[in-house]
This record gives sequence, C-alpha cells and structure tokens, in this order.
Amino acid sequence: MILDAAAAILILLGLFFFTAGTVGLLRFPDIHSRLHALTKADNLGLGLVVLGAAFHLREGWTIAKLVLVWGLALAAAGAVAQLIARAALDHGANGDDGARL
Amino acid sequence: MIIFAQVAALVILVNMAAGLVRVLKGPTRTDRMLGAQLIGTGGVAVLILLSLVERKPAILDVALLLALLAAFAAVGFVSSLGRDAAAEPETGP
Repeated sequence: MILDAAAAILILLGLFFFTAGTVGLLRFPDIHSRLHALTKADNLGLGLVVLGAAFHLREGWTIAKLVLVWGLALAAAGAVAQLIARAALDHGANGDDGARL
Repeated sequence: MIIFAQVAALVILVNMAAGLVRVLKGPTRTDRMLGAQLIGTGGVAVLILLSLVERKPAILDVALLLALLAAFAAVGFVSSLGRDAAAEPETGP
C-alpha cells in the first residue's frame, strides 16, 4: 500500500519533469537549448517513471530490465546530445543558447 | 493504480503530440529530429506504463528496442548531414 503510493508519487514527479522538458522543447529559442530540454529533463522524467514502475512491480528480473531500459535511454541521450550539438554547430547554428543580453 | 497509469500514459501521449509541433514548426532539420527523439523517449515511457497496466513484463522488451532504435535514428541523422558532420574534436588552446 505504501509502496503503491510511493510509486504513484514518483510517476507524478516523472510526468511533471517530462512536461517541463516538452515545454522547453517548444519554447526555447535555439537548437542547443532545446537539446538541453530534451535530453536532460525528458530523460529525468523517464527515470522517475521507471523508478515508480520499479516500486510497483516488485520482481527482481523485471526491475533489472527496467533499470536496463533507463540506463540505455540515458546513455543514448547523452551521446545523441553531443552528436547533434556538434553537427548543428558545424552547420550554422551559433551555439550561444539564444541568450540575449 | 491501473487507472492512474493509464491517465499518466495519456498525459505523456499529449506531450508527444505537442512535440509534433516542433516537428512541423522547426526551422531546421535538427529541430525536426529533436521532435522525433521526444517521440522516442515518450514512447519508452508510455510502454513502461502500459506494462504496468497490462501486467505483462514482456512489453519492457519493446521499450528497450524503441530506446535502441531512437539512438540509431539519431546517429543516422547526424551521419546524413555529411561526412564531417560530427567528426573532429574541438581545436584550440
């Protein structure tokens, strides 16, 4: 019962971060800042959803598979962020995160 | 809990639909690829929540595969930009 409540709270937090990342993807002015919103905030939301699911399904191998999915998503997001940022820089984005002083 | 997971999956689906706005609007190809990556990450989250609803841990294998394919798609995109797209490390002091 308590574990199910903890799972629900973690999934709610995950939804909040996921929505924040999507709002950032829509509203930020530049490619590089949108990359930050996508690969950091959305993956944090995914990690919290994974944690909530792990609290709900309490079997060993299923939790291991969930952690594997999250680890792969994190590693892929990190590598993809670097690749896309470098490629966008070479192709004309100016890489200053759209900051206007 | 099942209804909660279904509502959460619906919220993530709405997020993915909002990410399609970036795919439509994005002035460069990179923005469109970012929208596709959002659909990949959101799809992984929806599949995890669906495996809670249906009580089938086999759906997690599909989530793993989707995360892999999203990574492949991003690497394919970067390598389609040209041979030197992500090749050289930064030079400088």
